[in-house]
Amino acid sequence: MNLTFENHRILLGGSLVSLVLAGVAFAYQASLPSASRLINPDELVKVLQSSNGEKPLMMQVGSHVLYSQAHIPGSEYIGPASTESGVQQLRHRVESLPRSKFTILYCGCCPWSHCPNVKPADDAVHAMGFTHVKVLYIANNFGADWVDKGYPVAKGD
Amino acid sequence: MKREKLFIVVVAIAVGLGIYIFSRPSRFARQRAVSAEGTLAPDFSLRQLTGQELSLSRYQGKVVLLDFWATWCDPCRDEIPHFVELQNRYGGQGLQIIGVSMDDGPEPVRDFYQRFKMNYPVVMGNAKIGELYGGVLGLPIAFVIARDGRIVVKHVGATGVSVFEKEILMLLQSQK
Repeated sequence: MNLTFENHRILLGGSLVSLVLAGVAFAYQASLPSASRLINPDELVKVLQSSNGEKPLMMQVGSHVLYSQAHIPGSEYIGPASTESGVQQLRHRVESLPRSKFTILYCGCCPWSHCPNVKPADDAVHAMGFTHVKVLYIANNFGADWVDKGYPVAKGD
Repeated sequence: MKREKLFIVVVAIAVGLGIYIFSRPSRFARQRAVSAEGTLAPDFSLRQLTGQELSLSRYQGKVVLLDFWATWCDPCRDEIPHFVELQNRYGGQGLQIIGVSMDDGPEPVRDFYQRFKMNYPVVMGNAKIGELYGGVLGLPIAFVIARDGRIVVKHVGATGVSVFEKEILMLLQSQK
């Protein structure tokens, strides 16, 4: 089969487009916590309602204005992990804990693919050696995927 | 026989009640249903970045786009240049965009305001205004408010500028 110059151009162009698309997909995946580290809202509710097993340390790594309107009862406000002060606060909160501590991170400020906070928070605790960390998968926002589902909610600081 | 019938009726009522109670939204979810379409937009008075107080009631008679946003929210940031453009284009016809920043402090908002050359007032939000508007528990959320102060549409999540423009134009033209 003889490939003409035009065929080569098409092949090269196609390869380049594929490479760019693969790069975009990789960058998108890399900006989110991996699937194995996620926990769905209904799974977390079961964990919280269960009388067995270790209760997790739950930390909200988003905005305080959103936290004070509604948060998971028992969860602690840390601060937006997209900022250096938020990550520092998170490191400070967990540094004295055993690395096997069951830990939940959540935000819910924005649709999952746009949340700027959960990935840096997950990376920070992962880098510190924590082995039992789950990130709460909130598809749209905390209002739609937690509050409106009727799951337990607390208000205030 | 009578007792059996009574038992069936009692069980049916209990099952019905159970279904009703469990299918009802929680208290928080019910609260979130307020401030939706058709109701009067709750008035508020909040401090602008300039330090001056802004009251929503001052804009009665204008079509208002009330945008809850934050500097760290990607979809919110994407919408801002479009809002600047809409304010430029329709401000003279009676449109007033008001930003409510849900950032934890004003410093990043001031910086953002300058960088994006925002041309409409921005106030610093808090949990109280969030609750007043049915819970702002995700961003962006925008309310399109008619000249008479009624909420016409509530948009949750990123919304195309053409959608806003269509709604704004309709309100500007129909309520002169």
